[in-house]
Amino acid sequence: MNASYQWLRDFVDIDLAPLELRDLLTARCATVDDVVVLRQDLAGVVVARVVEAAAHPDSDHLWVTKVDAGSGVLHDVVCGAPNVVAGTLYPYAPVGTVLPGGLKLEKRKIRGAVSEGMLCSARELGLGSDHQGILALDVDAQPGARFLDVMPVGDTRLVVDVLPNRPDLLSHEGLAREIASATGRELHRPMHPPAVLVHARQVSEPVPSIEVVVDDTEGAPRYMTAIVRNVKVGPSPDWLAARMEAVGARSISNVVDVTNYMLHGFGQPIHAFDVRKLGGGKIIVRKGRSGERIVTLDGVERTLDDTMTVIADANSAQAIAGVIGGKGSEVTEETTDILIEVASFNPRGIRATRRKLGVSTDASYRFERGVDEAALSDLLNYAAELIQRVAGGAMEGNPTDHGQQPAPRSPITLRSSRVARVLGKDIPVSEMAKNLASIGFKCVVEKENLVVTPPTFRQDVVGEIELIEEVARLEGYESFSAELRPYRPGSRMDAPLYDAARSVRTACVAFGLMESRPMPFVRDGIDAHRVRNPLAEDEAYLRTSVLDTLARRVEYNFGRMLGNVRLFEVGTVFASEIDAETAAPGEAMHVGAVITGDRNPAHFTQPHPSHFDEWDAKGLAQSIAEAAYPGSAVKCVPSPGDSLWILSVDGVEAGSVSKLELDSPAWASPVFGIELNLEAVVLSSKLSRQYAPIPTMPAMRVDLALLVPDNVSADSVGVVIREAAGDMLESLVVFDEFRGAGIPDGLRSLAWALTFRHPERTLRDKEIQGRTGKILSVLESKLGIRQRSS
Amino acid sequence: MAGRPGNDSTRSLVALSHFIKPHHSVTLDEFVNAVSALDIHASEIISAASTSAGLDAARNSLLGRKNGELSRLMKSLPSLSPEERRDAGAAVNRSKTAIEELLATRQLNLAVTTELRSQVDLTMPARQQWRGSRHPVTVVIEEIESIFRELGFTIALGPEAETEWYNFTSLNFPEDHPAMDMHDTLYLSDDVLLRTHTSPVQIRTMQSTTPPIRILAPGNVYRRDFFDASHAPMFSQIEGLAVDEGISFVDLKATLTHFANRFFGSTKTRFRPSFFPFTEPSAEMDVECQICRGSGCSSCKNSGWIEILGSGMVHPNVLEAAGLDSERYTGWAFGMGPGRIAMLRYKIPDIRLLYDSDMRFLTQLAQ
Ligand SMILES: [Zn+2]
Repeated sequence: MNASYQWLRDFVDIDLAPLELRDLLTARCATVDDVVVLRQDLAGVVVARVVEAAAHPDSDHLWVTKVDAGSGVLHDVVCGAPNVVAGTLYPYAPVGTVLPGGLKLEKRKIRGAVSEGMLCSARELGLGSDHQGILALDVDAQPGARFLDVMPVGDTRLVVDVLPNRPDLLSHEGLAREIASATGRELHRPMHPPAVLVHARQVSEPVPSIEVVVDDTEGAPRYMTAIVRNVKVGPSPDWLAARMEAVGARSISNVVDVTNYMLHGFGQPIHAFDVRKLGGGKIIVRKGRSGERIVTLDGVERTLDDTMTVIADANSAQAIAGVIGGKGSEVTEETTDILIEVASFNPRGIRATRRKLGVSTDASYRFERGVDEAALSDLLNYAAELIQRVAGGAMEGNPTDHGQQPAPRSPITLRSSRVARVLGKDIPVSEMAKNLASIGFKCVVEKENLVVTPPTFRQDVVGEIELIEEVARLEGYESFSAELRPYRPGSRMDAPLYDAARSVRTACVAFGLMESRPMPFVRDGIDAHRVRNPLAEDEAYLRTSVLDTLARRVEYNFGRMLGNVRLFEVGTVFASEIDAETAAPGEAMHVGAVITGDRNPAHFTQPHPSHFDEWDAKGLAQSIAEAAYPGSAVKCVPSPGDSLWILSVDGVEAGSVSKLELDSPAWASPVFGIELNLEAVVLSSKLSRQYAPIPTMPAMRVDLALLVPDNVSADSVGVVIREAAGDMLESLVVFDEFRGAGIPDGLRSLAWALTFRHPERTLRDKEIQGRTGKILSVLESKLGIRQRSS
Repeated sequence: MAGRPGNDSTRSLVALSHFIKPHHSVTLDEFVNAVSALDIHASEIISAASTSAGLDAARNSLLGRKNGELSRLMKSLPSLSPEERRDAGAAVNRSKTAIEELLATRQLNLAVTTELRSQVDLTMPARQQWRGSRHPVTVVIEEIESIFRELGFTIALGPEAETEWYNFTSLNFPEDHPAMDMHDTLYLSDDVLLRTHTSPVQIRTMQSTTPPIRILAPGNVYRRDFFDASHAPMFSQIEGLAVDEGISFVDLKATLTHFANRFFGSTKTRFRPSFFPFTEPSAEMDVECQICRGSGCSSCKNSGWIEILGSGMVHPNVLEAAGLDSERYTGWAFGMGPGRIAMLRYKIPDIRLLYDSDMRFLTQLAQ
């Protein structure tokens, strides 16, 4: 809502500067987002006194004047105005000023006399049409004062962000009410400049009277009209045009401007029809007809349907109720008789209609939030009066009034004990009553309580809690203490999933990955949920895997010539199943990671680092899974499907490690991806690790090079070795794999390091030799594996 | 062979001087022991040499032709029998090889040190490892979280695909009202939507917890907003909720003011009226603009304030919808956008940077 500082002053005496007013409104009821000083095109104009005025020697209509503009030096100004009088103050545009028309003033000679700048007329300043002479200023100001500072021509626009529950603040009157309450001033209706005599048009042919019928009483709960005849449509008076400009509306004509004046001034949208253009002498408020068409004021032809309320004449729709008027009955310069409509329309109906039609207007905005039905009659009279003042004419008969009078508001009990409980502060009942009364609430004190009747324009106040908010607001939020008081800590434990997410993040960061937080939308997906109203087709589905979106992020980096990409994400994926109870898709928190490019940053000692490979991915997968499921058995099982490994946690399939097939440029190295469901296994409890004594006895290492058939996995060899080695085997590591010279086809040499240790004594060579021999014989008998002869 | 100077080395020197009197007659055992002692001694003086010159001196004293320890030892050889001499000679050779190896290794070591000091350009860059990092938005979330943890809050989570009831109805949203305009919603079905805020977690928590409740709920939320420099259809939000007997607007102000002071460093705050269907009274909290310190600049639209969060006292209808007695319990709640705070903090001009996952961007803000 755009509010004019000057317009607000029509409603309440304000001795606050615009910026102070901004702070007051923001602290009290609605945030002022911006303060725009208007008429900055007059910023260079100053007040100046003409000290001398002499006739120009070479002209009979020019004056040569000496002007005091407060600088201490007198300026020579040639002036053609008949009304220049020495000793009088005038607006003066010094050399260098750019006037509203775009004229830049320079020092020049006029018929031989030097002229520095210009004394200005009202028209030259864009302040009206009077060009008869320069504008004599009857103000108490020193020469040199800024014209904008001393004359009420400037204005300041406050851009107010009105909250959805406060439609009463969508008007100057409403904002002024809050200002009056805060400053202890009186709220009053504007005093308009005395009516300029407007000559009524002579009408030759009689105009029919209008019959009003309201069929759609649900769409238009209250509908009032009045007719003003013999108006003279023309330009608005200056004051009205200035008001329009100040709120950012265009001045159209006196009659149309009055309707907008009512909207911005009082929050009540009103519409004026040209009576002569209404067919059949009728106004019918009815539902639209399916397929019915209307050309609206913006020149667009719109198709209506039977959910919309329209204002029709005997033949066709003439306006879409509460949204926009029709071209057919528009008030134009030829209009002589008008029908003024002041109504309330069903907010939900208006909302549905403007959404369907895709047209939002100042009127629909207000009707959607609700207007004050109780004020309609009063405002109809006010509007009719204002039209007669600015456009002449006379009201015909009495206004029509259809619909129910609004029900009186019911009183609400406000307990002072409850106020203290919610707000944490004791506020005297009398203080609450005084504050509430200042914004139109009727209050009756009943012992410790107040019985409060909210005003009709505050339909948002329906119960005690809303009254408590009013009390807090009127006290001022700043008046409440901000001292921490004792509290009881919350009784809930942390969500376990959040702990897992945090551990996983730490593991990924330790590996050198950067966290990504992309959006979970994907272009398509088998078994993926589709968003019913997606923003775009390429983000219409919800992902079923984190790698789906991470892969796109890798491609994004490839597209920017970045080949070293290491990303992870902890985020939600959506399963295809639907929860039976809520009908919502199942969700799970997953972690995804992608690695590609150099294994470490290039260094001059190693200009071409090796690339990440599947073994890095396997290691990363294991450390992520161990972080997510502390104490659980994590395994990478070779995958039968497209992926490389299945990640299993306590025997449950929880994720996978894959080589990703991306839209990669030729220079990119392979991309590996890991995905792990953080909700695959429920951890029974947080197992903490246990201490084991640090060994004091020496270890013995034995290396075995074994010839292993290609179809026998290292894993199964390890199982056999462990079994045969017994308790003394402390660790078992494959440290080399070799195929080629000296190794028969179909075999490979796997070199194993076995470390033996006894907790209490030094092992003897013989013991270990015996143990190794046993291992070798079991390997041979179980797997047919022999030692490689050197 | 412990190379620690002290008793061991003194002992070995004594032994050595005893056994290497030249031309003295010795037994084979004595000779072999003397060679072992020499090995220990050699290892000690070679380790002790810290310069090339020192190492040369050690070499000379051990292997010098005339007066080297080994040469002097050799002078006792003639007193052994020819058979014994063969074994003794082998011992001497082994010792000589070992000493030469030690000298060579030590020389290499000294050379590296010398090279590092004199020939290597020490201004060459260090060897780096990849460094990982949490996302700037996560950093902000965790920082917010740590402050509220000190105040007795724990973390609660909720689903991102929600029912209309949890997202709107239970939170006192009037049906089809302008209040919904801020919540342009992505729907999955008639009744299921992508949550437009983290506030449904309030209801879920109150349904399952007996007060005192103090929870923080970070999570992703969705709006049907086109992706541009300042809007994203998905963004992160963090919700806070405190419910107990005797919780008041003063507690709301105090806790959030404390938070602002901790998070932004001692700062001015301002509470101004706001509207959320699920809180009453409602308040927006601003902090003084960190850039202009309140005097007004372009990033605060000349107001001197930056909007940080929305808050309010939990509406009685919401408490009742979640099954709590609104006469007995009161509460307050807030919601804020870590993404917006990250943008302010790191001066990120375009919200899309938070989603792109450009490695350069993430590396820049890594911490
Ligand atoms: Zn600022």
